[in-house]
Formats: sequence, C-alpha cells, structure tokens
Amino acid sequence: MHRGRLSTIGAGAGAWLAAIAIAFPLLWALLTSFKTELEAAAYPPSFVNFSWTLDNYRAALGGGEYFAALWNSLLIAGGSSALALLVAVPAAWAMAFAPTRRTRGLLLWMLSTKMLPPVGVLIPIYLFYRDWNLLDTVSGVAILLAAGNLPIAVWMLFSNFKEVPAEILEAARMDGALLLQELGLVLAPMALPGLASTFFLIFTLAWNESFWTLNLTSTDAAPLTAFIAAFSSPQGLFWAQLSAVSMLSVAPVLAIGWLCQRQLVRGLTFGAVK
Amino acid sequence: MSSIILEGVTKRFGTHLASDHVDLVIPDGKFTVFVGPSGCGKTTLLRLIAGLEDIDDGLLLIDGIDMARTQPADRGLAMVFQSYALYPHMSVRSNLGFALMVARRPKAEIAERVDRVAAMLDLSRLLDRKPAALSGGQRQRVAIGRALVRQPKAFLFDEPLSNLDAALRAQMRFEIRRLQQDLGITAVYVTHDQAEAMTMADQIVVFRDGRVEQVGAPLEIYRNPVNDFVAGFIGSPRMNFLSGRYAAAYGVPTIGIRPEHLDIAPLGKWQALVLTVENLGSEAFVHAELEDGKAITVRCAAAASIRAGSRISFTPSDTCVHRFDADGRAIAGTDANFMLESANAP
Amino acid sequence: MRGRGRLLVSPAVALLLVSSILPLVATIWFSLIDYRLLVPGTGRFVGLANYVHLLTDPSFGPTLVNTLLLIGMVLVVSIVGGLGMALLLERVVLGRGVLRLLVISPFFVMPPVSALLWKNLLMQPVAGFFAWVSSLFGLRAFDWFARAPLASIGLIVSWQWLPFACLILLTSLQSFDREQREAAQLDGASAFVIFRQLVIPHLARPIAIVVMMETIFLLSLFAEIFVTTGGGRGSSNLAFLVYSQAMVRYDVGAASAAGIVAVVFANVLAFFLVRAVGRSLDA
Repeated sequence: MHRGRLSTIGAGAGAWLAAIAIAFPLLWALLTSFKTELEAAAYPPSFVNFSWTLDNYRAALGGGEYFAALWNSLLIAGGSSALALLVAVPAAWAMAFAPTRRTRGLLLWMLSTKMLPPVGVLIPIYLFYRDWNLLDTVSGVAILLAAGNLPIAVWMLFSNFKEVPAEILEAARMDGALLLQELGLVLAPMALPGLASTFFLIFTLAWNESFWTLNLTSTDAAPLTAFIAAFSSPQGLFWAQLSAVSMLSVAPVLAIGWLCQRQLVRGLTFGAVK
Repeated sequence: MSSIILEGVTKRFGTHLASDHVDLVIPDGKFTVFVGPSGCGKTTLLRLIAGLEDIDDGLLLIDGIDMARTQPADRGLAMVFQSYALYPHMSVRSNLGFALMVARRPKAEIAERVDRVAAMLDLSRLLDRKPAALSGGQRQRVAIGRALVRQPKAFLFDEPLSNLDAALRAQMRFEIRRLQQDLGITAVYVTHDQAEAMTMADQIVVFRDGRVEQVGAPLEIYRNPVNDFVAGFIGSPRMNFLSGRYAAAYGVPTIGIRPEHLDIAPLGKWQALVLTVENLGSEAFVHAELEDGKAITVRCAAAASIRAGSRISFTPSDTCVHRFDADGRAIAGTDANFMLESANAP
Repeated sequence: MRGRGRLLVSPAVALLLVSSILPLVATIWFSLIDYRLLVPGTGRFVGLANYVHLLTDPSFGPTLVNTLLLIGMVLVVSIVGGLGMALLLERVVLGRGVLRLLVISPFFVMPPVSALLWKNLLMQPVAGFFAWVSSLFGLRAFDWFARAPLASIGLIVSWQWLPFACLILLTSLQSFDREQREAAQLDGASAFVIFRQLVIPHLARPIAIVVMMETIFLLSLFAEIFVTTGGGRGSSNLAFLVYSQAMVRYDVGAASAAGIVAVVFANVLAFFLVRAVGRSLDA
C-alpha cells in the first residue's frame, strides 16, 4: 500500500512516542525502584544521575510479607483458574458438540451474570463467609473468583471447541474411539492452545482482581492487591519501595500478557473480534 | 461378502425431511454412487449408513443384522470425509494406525499393516510428516489409507474429490476406482458431479429431495431415465427439453433430446439462430435459439466453424428422442434405443 | 447424548447460581429490613424505608452522577486514545512486538498499583513527575486529588483501559479489507474520506464491543477509589457507596438497598447499551 515514505516514518515515530508516553508511568516506576527513598522523593527528579541500588528489591524480597502476599496471589489466581477450567471444560464441550435449543440461551445467561455488579452481592457473601469462617481464606476468595471468571472461560473454550472441525471427531468415532479417547487423544491436543490461553487470561484477571480480594481478606489470605493497597496509608517515605514492590507484582502477569496477546483479545471480547 | 440393505429409511432434521422412505440394496463388491443436487439427501443417507446419525424410521441391515443399536466403529465400515479429517497433531503413520491403536492391536501388527497400506498408496516416504506438510492429493491418499488399514466391509466416500483441482480429480478418480476393483471391497460414493458418477459407478442411485429417483447402471440411466429430472441431471451438457410444436410432433407435452443426438445438416428438421459457440478443441457446443424463442444446445465437430449470428438447421436422431408425460415421467417404450442395441436385435 | 449434555453443564450452572443469583435474592431481602450490625436487636422488616432513605439522601444524586461521569470519561478517553494509538500502530512495521508490550502494559497492572503509582509518583503536587513537568512550562503544580479527585481517578482508569480499546481496535483495523481501501483510492477518495466513510463504519462493531465490556467492568469500579481518596470529596461512586455503608458503617439494610439500586442501574444501562449495540454482538 502506497502511503508515502514520509508519512510512514512519521507514523512510526509518533507510534513510538505515544507508546513510551503510555508506558511512562511504569517506566518511571521502574526507574524509581532503583533509587534510594531520599532520591525517589527528590525534586527536581533525577533521571540517570543517582546512585542505583537494589536495596528496595532486597527489602521487598527479604521481608516475609511480600512473599506471603505473593504466595497468596499465586494460590488464589492459580486455584480459581484451575477450578474455573475444571467446571468450564465439560460445559463448553457439551455446548459445542452436543448443543440443544437451550444452548444459546444458556450461554447468554452465563454472560449476563457477569453484568451483575459485585456490590450487589457483597453483603450476603460477606455475612455468609463470616458465619462460616471463610473470611480471610484463600479458598473462600478462590471460589468467588472462579465463579466470576467462569462465563469468560466457558465462552472462550466454547469458541475454541467450535473451531475444531466436527468431521475430525467423527473420524475418530468411526475409527472406534470411545468418548474419553475422543476427548483425550484427538480433541485435547487440538484445543490445547485455546485451553492454555483461556487459563492465562483468567489467571491474569484473578491476579489483578481488586474487589473481593480487598474486601474478604485481611492478614492470612491477603494477596498482592491487598498488600499494595496497604501502601495507601503509609508512614514516611515509601516511593522507592512502592515502585519495587509494584514492579515485582506486575512482571509475571505482564510477561503472560505479552505472550498471549491475540488470545486475550479474543477472550475478552468473547471471540467476537478476531 | 457383505450386503447393505435399507428398508424405508427415513430421517428428519426438525421439519426438513432429509431422507424419505428410502429402499435400497447396496450390492456387494460393487461401486455404488449416490448422486444428486445439493440438499438431495445423499450425504445424509451415507451418514446414516455410517452411524454418524440415527435413523428415525425404517431399517438398516448390514449382513442381515439390524444396525439400529450398533455404534459406527462396530459396523465394520470406513469413511473418507470430504475434508479428509486427518488428525492434524499426528504424523501420517499415527493417522493411519489410529484405529488399530484404539482397538489395542499389538504394535507389530499395526506397523505391518500401516506399512503395507502406505506402500499400496505410495505414502511410504511421507509416513513421518504431519498433515499440514502434505499436498491435497497426498492428504486424500492418507484419508483413503486410514480407511483401508481397518480392512472394512465397505468403504464410504463423502465427496472426497471436491477439494482437488480438475487434473488431480481426474487422476484420483481413476485411482480410487482401480483400488476398489483390485480389492473387491464394496464402496458407496457420494458426489454431486454426474461425470464422476458416470465414469466410476457400477450402480448409480439418483436422489432428489430425500427420495430415490432411479437406480441402475450408468448407461442404463443415461439411455432410459425414468423422468425428466434424472434425464436432465445425467449427461453433460444438459439434455434439451422442448415443448410446443416440437413435442406435439411426437404426441407428448414434452420431449428431451441430448445435444449429442442432434445432427447439424442443411435442410434439417428444426431451425435455430446461433447465439454463441463453445469450442473445446475436441468438440464444440452450439447454443442457439429456436423459432419459439427457447434455447437449445447442439454438439458438433470442432472443425465445423459455425459462427454466432448464423442460422443452422439440425435433425434429432429419432431413436434418441425421450418422451415425457405431463408429470415429467418418461413414457415407456420410447424409441430411445441405440444403434448398438438395434444392431443386436434380430 | 442429551442427558449427558445436561450433566456436563450442571456444575457450571450450579456455581453461577450459588454465587450470583442466590446472594442477589438475599441482598433483596436484606434491603427490606432494618439491620445494623453495630446495633443489637435490629432486624425487623421495614419495607422500602431503606430505599427511601437512600434516594432522599442529598449525597445520593451526586454519587449516581459520579458513576456515570466516571464511566463516560473513561469510555471517551480510552476509545479516542485507543483509536489514535491503533491508527499509529497499524502503520508500524519495525519493532512491533516491543511497541505492543509498551502499549498493553497498563492493562495488566493491578488497580491498586496503578492508582498508587499515579497518585504518588506522578500526581503528587510537591515532588511528583507532573509537578516537575509543569514547572518546566512555568506553571504551578496542579494538586490533582485536592482539586479534581473524580477526574484524577477517571484519568487513572482511562490509562488502564486504553490498551484494551487499542488492542481491539487495532485487531479490527488489521482485518479491514485492503482491497476495499484500494478500490476507494482508485475511485479518487482522499485518506480522510476513506477514514470517515469506510473505516469508521467498519470499526462500529468493535467500538460497540469495547463500550459494552468497559461499562460492565466500570460499574464496579472500586479499588482505585478505595486506595486514593477513600470516597472523599465527592469522588464516590455507587460501588463505593455500598462498600462504605456495609463495611464502614455496618448498616446492612442501607447497604443492601444501595446494592440493589446499583444492580438495577446496571441493568438499565445494559438494556440501553444492548439495544444500541444489539446485532453487533451476535456471535
């Protein structure tokens, strides 16, 4: 397509400038994480000329609190995603390969539960958890997050399964495969990329989830979201430390996000945008 | 020896009647072709035989046993799908051996049978490749090989050649037919291409709207179609149907005459104005307009050099005129006998 | 096959019922009683008193307006910014991978992290980065959270959602039929005309999707407010109102009423959105 060299270079430069501007807060935080607290709060701010230090990272990784929160985040995000998949895979399989007249309605209903603001159910759940000792537990939060991500998981898996040509599964059936063999030997390998990206998407959403994790946890089960939220009422200087901890919390999910961009877009728009 | 018999087989999808009380015998060891326009129910019937769909009404008997409760894999049939349906994540070798692996055959036996089939289909070099690395023709052979390995009672083909280009199609037609004849296995082949049906079949079954219109050998159907639908479907270019004064001369509302049975000659019985000429090099087809405004196609020699806009006259060979009544049924006892047959008569 | 299908779907349906419908019914019940956790002996049925109290409260109207303002601001900024970014990104060939990483990064940052980084490192009027930038232009530092708390929160959330809009619009732009564009060029259409008449309609569907998705998530905006202003100075939205009624004042009845109002509000909004977006979403 001939759009002119100059305009392409201009667009390229513009894109880079804009991208850096967008990522700037994170880049700035990255820089700040290597400063001492004094230098982090210094004005005017220094860009390169300061004593680079790893103290903040050492402090974050050294103290037990960060690791406890990290561990909770891993458990909650990983556990809720595993649970969500466990429940979503059979449902998506049934909807994709054995659809009935109710299937479409069911799918839409599942989506509609996502439209329910969590505040609408905060109180009963809080009271229920309180009475049943589920407050401040990893499993308590994980179950809720699993339910919250379930519609997305079912949708993504459903559209993934729909892309497996039915004829291949029929060929397996004609070759004598029983249902389990059909699922395990033929469907699963073909749908593996879709399964993986669904897992990563809901893992990311659960990792960043900040409503239930803030309201239902306090000390034992506090994940990184709650840990960092505590920085909102700090004592003394804390910017460098905040930056270091933020970087540590964001890095894993950022890596995942970069690897699975396309699938994430599809998952978030329920497959409507390819 | 394996017979497939259908009695009154009926299948509905919602309100749509896909198969309408079909009675059919699939002769053992022969190549039977199901042919018809899109949506006529031929693929549905194939899938019913395979067991991929359930019969609503009627009986399907394989070797005298009612298949109503038998799973596809236990029917002893193998199917070649239109899109080949190869397992994309497995090598050709694994694809070929999948059914045997599922049946828990010993590894040595699987290897031996796979190698034998691969040699038969010239796939030996490709055994370790994945389907994505194969050409269309190669994939098709793997699909056939996968069916062969199972040593089935019958082969089922669902329009296997429609995804190939013309040259490859012609070649594969020949190869499939030769394979079937060498092995002597019963074959049921679905296609919408009447040329494929004519060249490959021992027996053709013509379908329309879920019903069997006619069953017979290719030449039989060509010569003696039972109605205007079959007459118009088999044979390319399509048979010419004439009414009005042309048909009145034969005492019926409609007559049919194939383009190849019209001889262009001066002082012919009928006149027409030439619209276009399709010259294929080996022969030519003249598309003309009759005096009553209807279109007609006439075959002639390529060298005849007939020009558009000119007038031609031609004569039907009387022994090849098909007569149809008001409902489109062929009137029996037509003089549609070929020279060959009349030559054999006393 | 059918019975098995129902069996396979039931765990999912059960989980959703138990986690959303059941509690919702409970919330409706709670909203009709006077139940305050700190005051013993409460729990009697009061009908719609909680709702009346809520709707007549002078701060309720502004809260509702804030909710809409926040959603509106984020939608506009994220979509316009996302579209601009997408248009730029579409033309880039070199270094696309790194560019994309930079552009999508805000979306993967935890809301508390985003909010705190912005509030402290960037917006803080004494030593924050923005203060330094404005000093370069000879302007006084703008005290974001003191002067415009709602807008500040809106800016942070827009930043988080811009990559989402950008990714979706970019994907859609890339699927725009090249041949259509070339045909238009041959017909003599300028780039601007092509953009307005061909590209924008093509983008109508993904924009609709972005609007729907963001609205769903933005209705429950909570963490950013919690972590920055605590709902103070007119920066509270419906979700935060429910939270403060329940977890700060322990007034279950009032909070439940607010929660139901939030649900109704969400449904009304969704209804209008779905009608406007309607057929585009048919998957």
